[in-house]
Formats: sequence, C-alpha cells, structure tokens
Amino acid sequence: MRKVHFKGIALPYLLLLPQLVITGLFFFWPAGMAVYQSFLREDAFGLSSQFVGWENYADVLSDPTWLESAARTGVFSVSVAVLALGVALFLAVQADKHIRGADTYKTLLIWPYAVAPALAAVLWLFMFHPNIGIFGRMLNALGIPWDYRLNGGQALTLVILASAWKQVSYNFIFFLAGLQSIPRAVLEAAAIDGASPMRRFWTVVFPLLSPTAFFLLVVNLVYAFFDTFGVIHSLTQGGPGKSTETLIYRVYTDGVMNLNLGSSAAQSVILMIIVVVLTAVQFRYVERKVHY
Amino acid sequence: MATLYLQDIRKSFGPTQVLHGVSLDVADGEMIVIVGASGCGKSTLLRIVAGLETQTSGQVVIGGQDVSGLEPADRDVAMVFQNYALYPHMSVFGNMAYGLKIRGVPKAEIERRVKEAAELLGIGALLERRPRQLSGGQRQRVAMGRAIVREPKLFLFDEPLSNLDAKLRVQMRAEIRRLQRRLGVTSLFVTHDQVEAMTLGDRLVVMHGGHAAQIATPMEIWAKPADTYVAGFIGSPAMNFLRGTLSHGGVVATLPGGVSVPLPGRAGADGNEVLIGIRPEHLRPGVGGLSPVIELVEPLGSESVLHGRLPDGSPLTARLPGAVHPEGALALTLPPESLHVFDAGSGKRIEAVA
Ligand SMILES: Nc1ncnc2c1ncn2[C@@H]1O[C@H](COP(=O)(O)OP(=O)(O)OP(=O)(O)O)[C@@H](O)[C@H]1O
Ligand SMILES: [Mg+2]
Repeated sequence: MRKVHFKGIALPYLLLLPQLVITGLFFFWPAGMAVYQSFLREDAFGLSSQFVGWENYADVLSDPTWLESAARTGVFSVSVAVLALGVALFLAVQADKHIRGADTYKTLLIWPYAVAPALAAVLWLFMFHPNIGIFGRMLNALGIPWDYRLNGGQALTLVILASAWKQVSYNFIFFLAGLQSIPRAVLEAAAIDGASPMRRFWTVVFPLLSPTAFFLLVVNLVYAFFDTFGVIHSLTQGGPGKSTETLIYRVYTDGVMNLNLGSSAAQSVILMIIVVVLTAVQFRYVERKVHY
Repeated sequence: MATLYLQDIRKSFGPTQVLHGVSLDVADGEMIVIVGASGCGKSTLLRIVAGLETQTSGQVVIGGQDVSGLEPADRDVAMVFQNYALYPHMSVFGNMAYGLKIRGVPKAEIERRVKEAAELLGIGALLERRPRQLSGGQRQRVAMGRAIVREPKLFLFDEPLSNLDAKLRVQMRAEIRRLQRRLGVTSLFVTHDQVEAMTLGDRLVVMHGGHAAQIATPMEIWAKPADTYVAGFIGSPAMNFLRGTLSHGGVVATLPGGVSVPLPGRAGADGNEVLIGIRPEHLRPGVGGLSPVIELVEPLGSESVLHGRLPDGSPLTARLPGAVHPEGALALTLPPESLHVFDAGSGKRIEAVA
C-alpha cells in the first residue's frame, strides 16, 4: 500500500475523528455504561441505585436459570456454527468445481447475507408456521405434530435453522475463496499420487482450508451469540417457556422487559468478555497458523 | 518401468485445436525430452499422458496397457511439476510418503523407501521440515523424491528446473539424468530450454504448433533437422538461412546477390527455390562465398559471435575462433558438407543426393 505523509498532525486526526466518534458513541460509551451499571443495583421502583460491587455477577453466575440459558446458548451456537459451516463448505466445494474464477457470480452469491435478521425470520416463519407455512402444514398433514409455538425442541430447531441459513452465504464466500486459492497442481499431484476425490478432500483440501474454517468458526460463534437476537425475537421471543432464550435474549428480557438493569448489565459484560476471549484466541491462532 | 506408446493424440479445448496428432513410441528406460516454444502443447501432451487431461482422440498405452480411459491414480505414473506442487501442510517425509500410504504400503516399508530416496537426493536431514522452510533447490529435490519413492512405471517432468537459478539448474540437470539412468525409469521431460533438451534426452521430440516436428536423437536433430523450424530452434546462435535458386542440374544454389553456392549433392530440379541453412560455427573465413558487413562482435573468450548483414540486407551470424575480430567487411565461405537444404515453400529438409 502507498504511504501518504501529512504535514502537521491536525488533518490526520480530523480524518480519524468521525470513526473515533462513532466507535466512542456506539461502543465505548454503552460498554462503559454497562460496566458501570453492572456494579449498581436499583430499587424496585427505579428511583435510586446503590453500589453493590460484584454482587450482580455473583447472582447471575449462581442463578440456575442463567446457567440453563448458558448451556442452551452453547448448544444453539455450536449447532448454528456447525450447520452453517457444514452446509457452506459443501456448497462451496460443489461450486468450486464449476466456477473457477467467475468473480461476478461469486459476489452475487453473498446477497443473502444482506437480508435483515427479521426478514430472514419472516421467511422461515412463512415456511414453518403450523397454519400458514408450507412445510408446517405439510408436516402436520403427514401426521407429524408440528407447532414450534408449543414444542420447545421444535422451536429451538427452527431458530437454529433460520440463524444458520443466514450465515451460510457468508461462510460460503470465504470457503470458496479458500478453495480457489489452493493451487490446482497440488490437487493434481494428489490425484497422481493415487488419492480418490474423497481422500483428496480430507487429506489435502480440508487441512489447507483449516485456517479459514477456524476463522469462520469464531465468526459464526460470535454471530450465534449476538447477532441472532433479531431472528429469535421475530420467531419465538425466547419461548415457548424459555426454550429458545439464549444469553443475549436474556439480557434483553431482564433489562428491557423486567427492567433489572444491574443484572442485565452484568450479563452483557460477561458476554463481552466471552467475545474478547474468542477474538483473542482467533488472533493468536491466525497469526501463528495462517502461512504455510 | 515400462514402455509408452502414444498413438495420434489430438486435443482440442473448445474450438481451438492444440495437438494435431502426436505419435510417439518410447522404449523401456528411455528418457524422452519434449521441447518447443511456449504454447506449442508440451504440457498438454504430458498432462494427457498423466491422465490430468483427456485427449479428444488417440490412445495412450503404458506398459502394453491402454490407459486412455483411466484416472491418473490408476496409471501408475509420477509427475514433477514446474512449481513443485508440494503439499504445504505436510512435512518432507509426509510429502514423500503420501502416495505410498494411499497405496497401502506397510509402514516400515514406507519408512525405508522414503529414507532411501531422501539419502539418494541428499535431503535426509530435512525430513521433518515443511516445504515453506526449504529453498527452491531443496523443494525441487523433494518433488523428485516424491516421484522416486513411488517406483512408478513412468516419470513425467514438466519444466521442473525452470524456477531454479542458472547454476543450480545445471547441477540438477545432471542429477536428474544420473538418477534416471540409475533407476532406469522411462521418462518424459518437458522443457523449452534447448540445452536442457540436448543434454538430457536419449531422444528429443521437437514440438511446433501442436505437431511433433521431429523425433530423433539430439545429434541427429542437430545434424539433420527435419525442417527449418527445428533447424532454427536447435543450436545457438540459431542457424542462418539464405534464399537461393537451384541451377547446374540442382547441385548449385544461386543467391540473390549472384553468389553461387555449391551444394553437397543434387537438391532438386533447376529453378527450384530453396533455403540454404548453415550454422554460425560452420562459416569459415575465406573468399569465394559470402561478403557480409559485420556490425557487432561478441567475444566469448576462445571464440566470438559476429553479427552482420549481407549486401541484400539479410542478417547473418558467424561464430569464429579467436577473441579479436574487426567490424566491417568480411569474407566467409560455406563448406558444402555443412550445408542444409530446405524446400523454400514447405520448409522441409531436402536430402541432397550425390
Ligand atoms: N485448459 C485449457 N483451456 C483452453 N486452452 C488451453 C488450456 N490449457 C492449455 N490451453 C492452450 O493450449 C495451448 C498449449 O498449451 P500448453 O500449456 O500445452 O503449452 P506449453 O507448450 O506447455 O507452453 P509453455 O512452455 O508456456 O508451458 C496454449 O495455446 C494454451 O493457451
Ligand atoms: Mg507448459
């Protein structure tokens, strides 16, 4: 990249300012507020608050329903990530056979990623609603009792499917780029060495894709942790019961619905720490492993 | 170890035909070098033999077995690629052992064969390294090793030396030749370097525009090039061509300037247009032949390359002994026994009859 040298320091700072303001306004300020609030407890009427130290954290971490949510989030996130990665990898491998180098086509394929979570949810709702959804009605007609509004397992399955679907195109693009960066001669060498296509995939392609796969795994986990709020909110609102209440959704219910700001803040700080850890792991790993 | 037989191999990519019927008969243990300008179809031919590309028509027979429809895996060939194509995520050992593992060779045997090949190539100390931790020359050896351990019927080399520096290239060239002799594996070696071709091959295939212009031993090709393309391609500096018309019963060619050149024999009917080829090193100082004006002298130590022009403006190159030559007018003779005669129309060699 070209280096530009500025005279003086006013202009560079001026150019950085918008980005800094936005980051400050929409990240550091709310994050700071969350940390601050996580050490406070409000009285029942929200009129006064007092400093309670780590008490909110202790309460959250010892709350059996929060732990249940955490476990559910684990299942949910891993399912979403595995499903989204698996489907994307399969599609990318199929596509790679046919569209080596077709760049415009490739960029078109990322469009589903731009669909808003609420819209994605509506799409799945139209497919799987027991009364108006095509598949929902079909399942019921086949004698399979399907109603995700009553059955917690079905609800969780549906939000997993909808959330994974939205992430597939993103993963697909990365996997496809990863696949196309594998030199063709390496695969040909493996073919001449006698490896079947399956074997070639598992012993050559997949290992060479693993840095991409790992990067995507972290991105997908973070996505499942945070960005699926819209999907869950539009489809199930965390219900029935608490069967689709993930940690991020719980932050919302406790904070916005139940107005338990101290606990909600503590929960979001815990989530923030999880992301920081995930990201740190990713950076370390990527730095070490990205070049062969 | 096996023979290889190619029968009238043709290949088209969509509407463009790349190979126009190449036939080749390779004896067991023979080293064939396929040489030609860029884009003439060398790699395509090699890839068809490997099974990476399917011929449009024709047959590939390895060791008596028609492998035309078989996958690369089932042809029992090994290939060394120009950019080596090592598996980046495997150690040197892993790279060399991969093909053996797939074929279910017992572990101890794999170990033995890889060690042996590594010693042979002088990379025994590098077995634990990854390809990215190796120099170009070392990677080249690993790629060779990966081919050797398989003990295949056929070695295929696609310009394996072109990424190495000049000195290493010469060294590896000799090494490949020695190895190939020692192992006695039938080999096809693609290159566009004529020195590599001359020194490596038992026989050469000179390719030109998807045809095999000539298939013969290096000396034969040098001494009796089949057409003007082969004549100009092999030999450095390239052969000179002079346009002439036959006379005196076809034993003399008259050049445009009126100079008469006696030919080694009868080359056709009087009045036929021919091209007379003479290699720069065969021109000798002396009157009665050509009189070029030398414009540039390149001293090479014991000899010099002289670039000049004939009175009609056509270029002429001569290679004469001695380091000091003046520029300006010069007289050169054409020894009849060193002349090559080609048909001016088709470019094909005309064998002079005495
Ligand atoms: N997959 C392909 N699709 C279309 N055309 C191709 C394909 N592969 C090769 N060609 C064409 O076939 C011709 C011969 O290619 P090939 O790679 O065999 O040349 P080459 O003799 O190996 O040249 P080089 O010395 O540059 O490697 C070229 O004109 C090339 O453009
Ligand atoms: Mg080539």
